[in-house]
Order: sequence, then structure tokens, then C-alpha cells
Amino acid sequence: MADARHVLVVDDSAATRGFLAATLESSGQYRVTQAASGFEALRLLPRKRFDLVVSDVNMPDINGLELVRFVRELPEQRTTPVLLVTTDGRESDRERGVRLGASGYLVKPFAPEELLRVVASLLPRPDEGT
Amino acid sequence: MSGGKDRDDRDRAADKAREEFLAEAQENVELLSRDLVRLDEARAHGRFDPEVLNEAFRAVHSLKGLSGLFGVARMGDLSHHLENLLDALRLGRASLTPETLDLLFEAVTAFHQVMREQAEGAPEGKEGPPVGELLARLDKASVAGAAAATDVLAAFALDPGLLAVLTEYEEHRLRQNVQDGRSLYRVRATFPLETIDKGLDEVKSALRPLGESIAFLPSADVTKPDEIDLEILFGSSHSASEITQVLAGRRCTVAEIPRAGGEVARTATDVSPREPEEPLEASLRSVAQTVRVDIRKLDSLMNLVGELGNVRAGLDEVLQLLRQQRSVHSLAQGMHREMRALERKLDELQAGVLDIRMVPLGQVFDKLSRVVRKLSRDAKKEIRLDIRGGDTELDKLIVEELSDPLMHVIRNAIDHGIESPAARTAAGKPEMGTVTVRAENRGSHVVIEVSDDGAGLDELRLVENAIERGLLGAAEAEALSPREAHNLIFLPGVSTKGVPDQISGRGVGMDVVKTNIARLSGIIDVRSERGRGTHLSIQLPVTLAIVQALVVRAAGRVYCLPLNSVLESLRIANDEIHLLSRREVMSLRGQTLPLVRIERFFELETDRPPPKRSFVVVVGLAQHRIGLVVDELVGQEDIVIKSLGVALEGTPGIGGATELGGKRTVLVLDVAAIVEEATSTRSEAA
Repeated sequence: MADARHVLVVDDSAATRGFLAATLESSGQYRVTQAASGFEALRLLPRKRFDLVVSDVNMPDINGLELVRFVRELPEQRTTPVLLVTTDGRESDRERGVRLGASGYLVKPFAPEELLRVVASLLPRPDEGT
Repeated sequence: MSGGKDRDDRDRAADKAREEFLAEAQENVELLSRDLVRLDEARAHGRFDPEVLNEAFRAVHSLKGLSGLFGVARMGDLSHHLENLLDALRLGRASLTPETLDLLFEAVTAFHQVMREQAEGAPEGKEGPPVGELLARLDKASVAGAAAATDVLAAFALDPGLLAVLTEYEEHRLRQNVQDGRSLYRVRATFPLETIDKGLDEVKSALRPLGESIAFLPSADVTKPDEIDLEILFGSSHSASEITQVLAGRRCTVAEIPRAGGEVARTATDVSPREPEEPLEASLRSVAQTVRVDIRKLDSLMNLVGELGNVRAGLDEVLQLLRQQRSVHSLAQGMHREMRALERKLDELQAGVLDIRMVPLGQVFDKLSRVVRKLSRDAKKEIRLDIRGGDTELDKLIVEELSDPLMHVIRNAIDHGIESPAARTAAGKPEMGTVTVRAENRGSHVVIEVSDDGAGLDELRLVENAIERGLLGAAEAEALSPREAHNLIFLPGVSTKGVPDQISGRGVGMDVVKTNIARLSGIIDVRSERGRGTHLSIQLPVTLAIVQALVVRAAGRVYCLPLNSVLESLRIANDEIHLLSRREVMSLRGQTLPLVRIERFFELETDRPPPKRSFVVVVGLAQHRIGLVVDELVGQEDIVIKSLGVALEGTPGIGGATELGGKRTVLVLDVAAIVEEATSTRSEAA
């Protein structure tokens, strides 16, 4: 599909990353680039336009919150929605994420449908333009 | 039909995902176990490394996420409760006592069990013993004593924007640093985007001896698209100039975060000086940069490399023929150059494939630490395990097979080697016994040495025991050197204990260890000194996938001998061979070396009289040494051993076949079988 949305999936767990990517790609609506660490995301973000970033919170060195702040500092990506994915619904971390400009927060485990629903809700519909 | 194919594809995809899940879960459990061992060791020295604890937490956190996504409820429960405990520990709400560590180690064991069941495909809900009781104890430990939270951060002029990006854990570490009287710094470092991981790793290692890197904040600068700025929040009891010094030569600036009152002086001067934190080892390396490959795929790659080698040898022969033709001389020259290039690349390819198979021995050593902890407690002995060389690498297949024999050896050292604290004190030794495990790479071999400072082997008991069991003749016993006597411990049923006690009752003898090591083409040797301790040395080949072979000629035929069982080769005259109990032997540096002639071993007919001078190839297997008598040493080659057809399968003394250059198929001798046979008939004869 030519106008598939480009999603950056950031997670240091290969199995989780695979699950997220497979779920998004299987819907036929998204094209996924994977980053295995916060670093890889830092490298990719300034160079490519992404329609959405899905990131794990708890990663070594560069965590998901730091990534949100970084995205918000990039002029080109300032408005790109960021969905944080985490294993625990730790209230304080969730609040921080939202304060920093995260667009959504998804707590594992979740069903593939739930991921697709949340992702779809974060993206403007194609006919609405940007 | 296409629906069926889709389903197959889906099943395959699901299997693959499941495999990936299990492998990753396994990695995380191993990481957790390694971290616990390190925490335990550090605790014994009165130290504590928050980074290691956090790494353990993250491993369990990942496990929880994984089990949630893949629907493994029991693993999910376990990791959930364990995560709570680790979280309480890393946030300083519970303290890391020996009891807590025991509990954590128990959880590792429980994980192993759940994973075994998963790997065997046990249906969820219908599996082993309940972990409920363990979960309850994990919960109980998590709520022990909450630390009072006072807001120490208020004393610092911290940027609220900075506080906002910290996770709760990072904020806790920040507080802890302040409470410990450390100063806070912002270290600003600039890296090229491409090499930020490496760059940051270097900065982190440079900073580690001086304090703790609490958080990393990336910031984008649009004017420099290929660079990235990272601000490191750093807690340290060192001064800004000292920190600047360790970062010399890097693009970094250091600024102290002032205290709110404007004073920068440290409040607490009585901070107990921390020991410089030990550098975190390779375990912190990102696992994400690895790819998992089925080892069988590597085997077939290896085979291909071996076959390419044969093609190369074939080409070489064609080249030799070409070179004899004057008319194509310059063509032959060109081909010669290309051949050399091909050879170099083939060597690199082979080294590359071999390298993929290598894993560090540390994987096995971590398990040992757990066992020592438990066994020494059971045996009521105080034992310190000193491990060196965990980063030494060996073929994955060998490392896996090594775990059991090493465990037995350590068990023996703890049960039989190290004395009780009372006996040690009486002997004027420190109460705490030490077991040392050391691994070292020596070219194509790895040597693992296990030593203890215990009572040593009782060689008289060993000799008596071997005679009682009919494994040794009285005359032969007389002639034994102390070292040979110690090596009797590798005979089946021989031990230093008169009566089997509870522990020997486990039926783990050193003969089993020997057999396991021999199966890996390893050589094992023991030295011991009464009252001082025992020293075991295990020599192993780095890999079994490709074998360096010694090519020999005997009775007009060519054979290959795996070089890793060859100790040396010598040239001898016929009169150096003597007869002892109707068997040929020679004397090598004062020791008697039994000789085996290949033609006699295989009952080959030769009409030639034995040559005046021959070569003796001294081979070793476990503790045995024999000399193989051959006519000629042809050279060395790297070979890939292939199994033989049904016809020759199981012929004692033949391990397989290989192709040497020129499509010659040559038999590879099974040194283990030859040594076994030679030495067993030797003791029968005695």
C-alpha cells in the first residue's frame, strides 16, 4: 500500500518488538521500522519522517520518557504522536510520560486488536489531512 | 488448499515466535542469575552496585512483559511478584539481606522449571508444583521496612525539566546520591550520531570509577544534524576537575549543579569512601544486537566451508599441472595469484563461521556460583569461589556439555576436598576454604583449572582401593609415581572414601567426569598435595566442528589423527622399544609409555619388516597417555570429520572419514577408542 503509515517501533526485547511489528504490519495499514534500543531510535528519528513512534519505557541508557522529550525537540517531528508501551501501569511514570508529551500509554499484556485500536486513534484519518 | 498452506505458514510463524520467546526468556533468566551472583559477591565484600540491581530488575521486567504477550501465566505470576520485590529493593524500600538473596535464587530455580515445562510443551495450567508459596514469600519480603522519604532534592537547584524525564527509579537514585552526600553534576557530551552507543559506553566506563551515571538526556540540535548532545546526570564525591580529568580528550563539559543556597560545598564530610566500583562486564552489552541461529545451520555452513577447502585443493592440483605447460605459463601465474587470494578468504570465512559458534564460559561459571552457594551451606562449610577467565570462549556445543562435569568436580572439591571449619583451624588454615576456577585460552585449546585449598588426595587410599577392585596389580602399584597414583581417581569405582557416605551415594564418580571430558576430546589431569589441596586441569579443544589433524602414514596407508589429542611426536630408534608384560613400551622422561602399532591394532597385514627408525605420536585421553607408532609424519591439515557409512560405523578405533586434497578419502582415527582399548587390556594383563 503506497500510503501506508510509517511507524517506528522501539523496544529492546526482540520478541516484543517482533510482536508489535507483526501486529501493525498484518493490518496492512502500517509500514514498520524497528529500533532495538533508544540509541537506534535517536539515530533514526532526525533523519526520517515517522507518522507514529511506539516505544517501550523501560530500556537501558535511553528510556522511553527521554525519547518522548527528544522527539518533542525535533522541529520536524514535534507533533508526531508517541505511544508508550510498558509492562507496569506505574502511575508516576505514566504521568511523566503524558507531561512530556506522550500521546498514549499502553500497558502490557494487550491483545493485538487493542494495539491497533489505540494506534488508529492516535493517527489522523487519511481524508482529514495533517 | 491455499487455506491449508496459510495455516501451515501461520503455524510455522507461531512456532518461530514461540522459539524466539523461549530463547529470550532464557537469556533474561540467565542475566538475572548472573546479576544475583554478582550482587551476592559484592555483598560479601560490603559493596553494592545499584546498576547491577537495576539490570536484574530490568531482566525480570522484560520476562513479565514477554510472558504477558505470549500468555504464559505461571511465568507471568512469578515475574510479577519477583519484579515487585526487585523494585522495592532498587527503590530502597527493602534491603538486600542474605535471606532475600536466597529467595531470589529460589525464584531463578522456579523460572528454570517453568521454562523446561514450556520447552517440553506442557499445556498451561497442567504443570509442576505450585509456586504460590514462593510468591507469598516474595511478597512478604517486598513490604519489609519502607524508608522514610524526605525531600533532599529541594536542596539543589535542579531544572524541573530534568526531573520530569526521570523514571521513578532514576529519581530514587538521584535522591540516594544526595543522601549519601555526593555532589551532582551535569556532564554534557557530544557524539557523532553513528557511533553514539560506543561513545557513550566509553564515557560511562571512564566515569564509573568516580560515581554513578543516573540518567542520560539526549537533546537535538538542528544545526548539527549528524551529532547528538547527551546530558548525563552524574552523582559523585569527586570534584568537577577530577571528573574533567578522566574525560580528557573527549568532547565533554562538566558542571556542578549548585545547591539551592548557592553554596557548592559538600554537606556531609563523613561519607564512607566507597570502593571504586568494579567495571561492569560484557553483560551490559545490548542483547539486541545479536541474532539467534540454530547451531545445525552453522554445522552445515561449516561442512560447506570444508568442502570448499577440498575444491580449492582440487584447483591447486589443476594449477600444478598448468604450471608445467610452458604455453600457458602467464595464465598459470595469474591463476596462482587468484588462488592465494581465494585461500586467504577461505581461511577468513572458516574463522568467521567458527567465531559465530563461540560463547563465553561465563555461562557455565555462573551456574557454578549458584551451586557452590547451596552446597557449602548444606555441607556447613565456608567456601569462597574465585572465578577467573569467564570471558574465555569455546564452541557452544562444548560449553553446554561442560556444565555437568564441572559441576561434579566442584561438588567433589566441596564435599571431599575442603575440610570442616574446625579441621581447617586445627590445621592452621583460614576457616574459609577457597575453590578457584580459572580458564585460559591457549591457541586452539582452552585450559580450565579447578583448584581447592583442601585436604588433598589420599594416594594410599586410592591405591588400596584400586587394588581391592582388581583394577591394579600389586606389582604395578609399587611402580606408580605419586602423580599416577592420584590419577587412579579416574578409574570407575575408585574413591578416597572407604565407605560410601551420603554424598558419594549420589553415584557421581570422577570416572564419569573423565568420560564426559574425553567425549569432548579433552584431557584431564590431577595433581594433589596432602594437606595443601588438589588441582585439576582440563584441556579442551576450542571447537569440534573443524579439527586440526596430524596426517600420518602407517603400514602403507594414510590416517588422520585429531591434533587436539596429540601431545607430542618423537622419532625413535627400534632399540628404544622394550617389552613389558609382553607389550611394547618405551620410556619417556622417566615414565613408561605403552606403545600401539596401528597395523596391529587394525590387524592389517604387512609384508614389510618394521623400519629401523619410526615415529611415535604421543596421544592423551583424559589421564591416559599412549604412543602410536607410525612410519611417517606427513603434515597438518584442517579437516571436517564426516561420519562413515553403515559398513564401517562402529569399527573400534575409526572415528570417521575426511577428504584430503585430491579427493582422497582418509580415515580419521578415534584416539579415545584406541587409548581405551590399549589401557584396558593393559590392566587386564597386569
